[in-house]
This record gives sequence, structure tokens and C-alpha cells, in this order.
Amino acid sequence: MPLDSDTLEQLVDTVGRFVRERCIPLEEQVAEQDKVPDDLIEEMKGLGLFGLTVPEEYGGLGLNTEEESRVVIELGHAAPAFRSVCGTNIGIGSQGLINAGTEEQKRKYLPGVASGEIITSFGLTEPEAGSDAAGLKTQARRDGNHWILNGTKRYITNANVAHLLTVMARTNPAKGGSGISAFLIERGTPGLRFGKPEKKMGQQGAHICDVIFEDCKVPAVQMLGGEAGEGQGFRSAMKTLDRGRIHVAALCVGMAERIVEESLKYAAERKQFGQPIANFQLIQAMLADSQTEAYAMKTMVMDAARRRDAGEDTAMLASCAKLFCSEALGRIADRGVQIHGGAGYIRSYAVERFYRDVRIVRLYEGTSQIQQIIIAREMMRGQKA
Amino acid sequence: MKVLVAVKRVIDYNVKIRVKADKTGVETANVKMSMNPFDEIAVEEAIRMKEAGKATEVIAFSAGPTQCQETIRTALAMGADRGVHVVTDGELQPLAVAKLLKAVADKEQPGLIIVGKQAIDDDSNQTGQMVAALLGWSQGTFANKIDVADGSVTVKREVDGGLENVKLKLPAVITTDLRLNEPRYASLPNIMKAKKKPIDQHKPEDLGVDVAPRLKTLKVEEPAGRKAGIKVKTVAELVEKLRNEAGVI
Ligand SMILES: Cc1cc2nc3c(=O)[nH]c(=O)nc-3n(C[C@H](O)[C@H](O)[C@H](O)COP(=O)(O)OP(=O)(O)OC[C@H]3O[C@@H](n4cnc5c(N)ncnc54)[C@H](O)[C@@H]3O)c2cc1C
Repeated sequence: MPLDSDTLEQLVDTVGRFVRERCIPLEEQVAEQDKVPDDLIEEMKGLGLFGLTVPEEYGGLGLNTEEESRVVIELGHAAPAFRSVCGTNIGIGSQGLINAGTEEQKRKYLPGVASGEIITSFGLTEPEAGSDAAGLKTQARRDGNHWILNGTKRYITNANVAHLLTVMARTNPAKGGSGISAFLIERGTPGLRFGKPEKKMGQQGAHICDVIFEDCKVPAVQMLGGEAGEGQGFRSAMKTLDRGRIHVAALCVGMAERIVEESLKYAAERKQFGQPIANFQLIQAMLADSQTEAYAMKTMVMDAARRRDAGEDTAMLASCAKLFCSEALGRIADRGVQIHGGAGYIRSYAVERFYRDVRIVRLYEGTSQIQQIIIAREMMRGQKA
Repeated sequence: MKVLVAVKRVIDYNVKIRVKADKTGVETANVKMSMNPFDEIAVEEAIRMKEAGKATEVIAFSAGPTQCQETIRTALAMGADRGVHVVTDGELQPLAVAKLLKAVADKEQPGLIIVGKQAIDDDSNQTGQMVAALLGWSQGTFANKIDVADGSVTVKREVDGGLENVKLKLPAVITTDLRLNEPRYASLPNIMKAKKKPIDQHKPEDLGVDVAPRLKTLKVEEPAGRKAGIKVKTVAELVEKLRNEAGVI
């Protein structure tokens, strides 16, 4: 059930305040040390951020897409590494379980996911299967009451600390997408290993690593959705990404608003030729373009989110929102650096960090090209009907 | 023991205050409002008392327009048990609020009233002292630390040049200073649950209180902008100016 507006405003306001008072002052430290401090993570747990999308009956807040987007926009005002801490539990790490898990699986894991005691990851990408996710090669072979997994997952967010991974693997080599099943794999399962965290361009403090399966013995009851889940893994992953794309687009809105704010502040303070650079029309044009795009982004996210909540099929809209928001954010970050001049290239200014941080959103959860493919496919489907 | 805390809805501390064009007050239309920060400290302290088993119930009181409910809800989300809202639209001055608080205290019989030492909008620093006087209770103002024991409370007060310890007989009124505690963020699940906690509404007339202002605001003005400074050439010139022009030495 959607929240009444007072409660939603208070929720959004509280997260906004937490971001402003607790996260933003720590941004430089997090970037420097490549780590979000443990006590801040505990605060995030106490606040309930890990359980935003987990249904209330399993201990979460059960926010709908619009409400989730409002909160994620607030989180986006801080360096995205903070959001990443709880991002998988809100999004790709929990949605499969919520949508396709058996009652028993949900009872077992979701309360811990909501409280943040269980950190989750989503393992789809492989060294040889990125955009072509349906071509994934990780094998799952049935052996009595177990499945034996072999293969490698690549660039898996939070895997280095995850307690529970939703992993897509091939249970039927003869079929494509419908030969893929999803498994709920606990850390400590024999044959499960993790690579070293990668050194990334941005988002220091958030981590990705390889997940390696070597005759990894997974109990058959850990197949997502139980026995009936066989062959449903790819479909379930795509459904997860559908909501995830609106989440990512909302994150883009938050980051865009922050960059616009930083740019405006700098333009008002920095003086050249005897006056604030904000007085120059060429600077104003950049500010206005960024503001306009940020507004368009937000409008798009809220519309896609509301329509999804109303039960519409939003596969195309979610892709439109993710494509436009991530690309526009790239332009906004670039203008942010331009407005800052040389300072925009210096570490101690937030825009320098955001410029690197935002580059990833055009790549993960489907590259811009993949979004274009999805959008066009949906358009052409309409054409035939 | 019940604890009554007062929470005021004020312009958020992050907002840049603007004076209305007609100089009758400050702009409040479309301005973000929040709980007075000193009152947050009061709520936090009361909740901690409840968590420590020293208080049985925390009641959050606010006086003002309908939107004050949001401020009470914030207190409920932090952990207060129920709210009392005195609904009134006009200007409220400290004496009126103190009378309303007294009326509510007469009904509720709390062991402690905790209020912020001042509100960040008018900075009056009067309500706590006035309500203590009206009730005839002891008062511990500018609290830096509070210890409740059987029948009494010890308050460490922030005074000029140091700290003062006072021991008060209960019931008592305490006003909070900045360093008393660091208020918690209401957790998101508690914000959702707060909606189910009760808020009683009263009108000032129901409580037999006349809230008509006793003071008249003549004019509200922006502080004057800072004037440009000057550069002096020598130490001697500086000393001369400090002595003869500024008159500070
Ligand atoms: C920081 C980070 C976090 C990540 N987190 C996760 C995670 O938690 N879980 C997970 O499973 N994965 C994760 N990924 C992986 C990410 O989703 C993939 O990197 C992404 O999907 C792209 O796949 P790829 O890297 O193999 O690129 P490729 O698929 O090799 O793409 C290379 C280029 O080719 C283009 N391209 C590919 N196919 C086509 C086509 N048909 N038409 C036109 N152009 C095409 C792409 O758009 C791209 O420009 C993460 C990656 C990073 C960097």
C-alpha cells in the first residue's frame, strides 16, 4: 500500500538529512581510504535503508517504485559509494528473492536482508558474457540433492562482503536463455571463492570482484523458486533489472542535482574579470542546460516509476529512463568540471570525483547500447501488433 | 514518571532567512520547516530516560497551526509515545506557550517537563523559565547533563565560565543546551509506525488559555551588511585607531 504523503515526506526528509549531515562530510575520507566506515554502515542499518524494498511482512519498508525512487534520489546527493553499501540489498541483490523466491526462502533470508545483517549480491556478468547475458557459461550440473557449479562471475558488486549471492547459471546446455536457472548461494558454500576487489576508475569505497565456482556444491533447495525455478533464471534476472533500471535512473537524478548545486555554488563564488563567473552568459548557458536536463531526468523517473506501480509493463520506459538519465548525467558532470575550470580537475573538488563516479552508470545494468536495443525492440513489437 | 517535551516548528536551520518586503516579519511561505534543534535534544533526552527505565511515557507537545502535527510526528518517530497538539493559527509568544504547557501539565501530571533552551527563530529563551514559574516548579536551565534519581534530578548547567550542578526536587522543568546529547535520526520503520500513535488536539479555549500576543513587533530588518575595512600602515597607527576611533583599548 502506498504511503500517505506526510509519512513519505518525512521519510525522504530524514534520508536527505542523513545524507547531508553524515555522508557528505565523509566523502573525501571514503574516497581516500576506499572504505565506507563501519560505524556509518551500522547507522545505515539502524535507519532501515537496507530494507527499503523488502515487503513489510518480512521486516522491510515495502516501498513501491515511486517511493523507492524518491529515497534513492536523496541517497544520490552523496558520493555513490554510500548508496552502493545498501544498493544491492535494495535492488538487484534482493529483487529476485522477493519476486521469485519460495515462501521458505523468503522467510529464511529477507528479514536479514532488510536489517542489513545479510549483504546480497547479484551475479550475472561473466568474463565472456556481459551484454550478451543469455550467453553465460557458468555450468550447474545436477548431482543427487545438489547442483555442482563451475564457472566465474565478473565485476560483482559487494561480492567481497556478501553473505548471499543470487547467481545465474546454466542448468540446460541445450537451451539459451531458458536453460538458465538462478541459485541462492551462501558465503561459505564449499567450492565458492572470491577474487581480489578490482581497482576502479571511481566510486572508491564500493567494491566489485570475481566470484569463482570450483565444483561448488549447492543444495538443490537453494534454487531460486525451488524445483519449479529451473529454467526461470534468465527471466527472473531480466525482471530484476527492469526495476533496477528505474533505481539507477533515480540515482542519476540525485547525482545530477548535486553536481548542479556544486556548479552553481562555485560559479557564484569564483570571480574572473572582476565579477562572479555566474554573471557570464556562457556559464549561465551551461548551468541552465544542466538544470533543464536534471529536471527532465526527474520527471522521467517519476513517470516511469508511477506507471510501474500502477501495473503497466514498463520494460521500455525503464530503459528510456536509464538511457536518458545516465547519458544526461554524463553531460552534466562534464559541464560541472568545465564550470569549475582547473579546479574541476583537482581531487579536493566534489565535481572531479563525480565526473569519474558517474561514468559507470552508462555501463552497468545494461549499457546505453543495450538500452537502445531494448527500446527499439519494444517499439517494433508495437508495430507488428 | 511521565515526561512532557515541547517541540516547536521553526524554519529549518539550513534555510537562509529572508525578511518580508513590508518588514512585518520573515518569509515563511514555501520555506522548509523542521523541529527546533534544541527541542530535538529534549526529545532525545526524554527517550533515553524511557529506554533507561526512568520514564514510563514520553508526551510530545506542540502549539501552532495544523502543520505542527508533522513536528509532533517527528518526535513520535524518534520514540515519543503520544502527542498533544494545541491548534492555533495566530502569533504565539513565550508566555502564551508557557500557559498552554502549564494547562497540559495540570492534566497530565508529568514528573519532568523538558524544553529547548530557546527556539532558533525568535531566540527568546523564556518559555522554560515561564512555565516553571507558572507551575511553581524547580527549574534547571541550559542542561548539559541530566541525572534522574528517586524524587530528584541533578542538572549540570552551562553557565558563563563553567558548569554548575543543581539538584532539583521533582517535578521540575529543564531546558536543554546544545551539548546535552546528539539526537538520533528517526528510523524509517519508526517513521511509518509513528502514524499509528495518537495525537490529542485541543484549542487554547478548551484549556482556558488566552493566547493573544502581549508584545507588538514594530519592525523586522535585515542585519546591516558589513562595511569595507581599511588597511593601516604601521602598528602605531593601528593602536591609535583602536584607542581613538574604535574605543576598544
Ligand atoms: C562497477 C561495476 C559494477 C558491476 N556490478 C555488477 C553486478 O553487481 N552484477 C553483475 O552481474 N554485473 C555487474 N557489472 C557488470 C556490468 O553489468 C557489465 O560490465 C555490463 O553489462 C557490460 O558488459 P561487458 O563489460 O561485458 O561489456 P560488453 O558486453 O563486452 O560491451 C562492450 C561494448 O560493446 C557494446 N555492445 C555489446 N553488444 C552490443 C550489441 N548487440 N549492439 C551494439 N553494441 C553492443 C556495449 O554497449 C559496449 O559498448 C558491473 C560492472 C562494473 C564496472
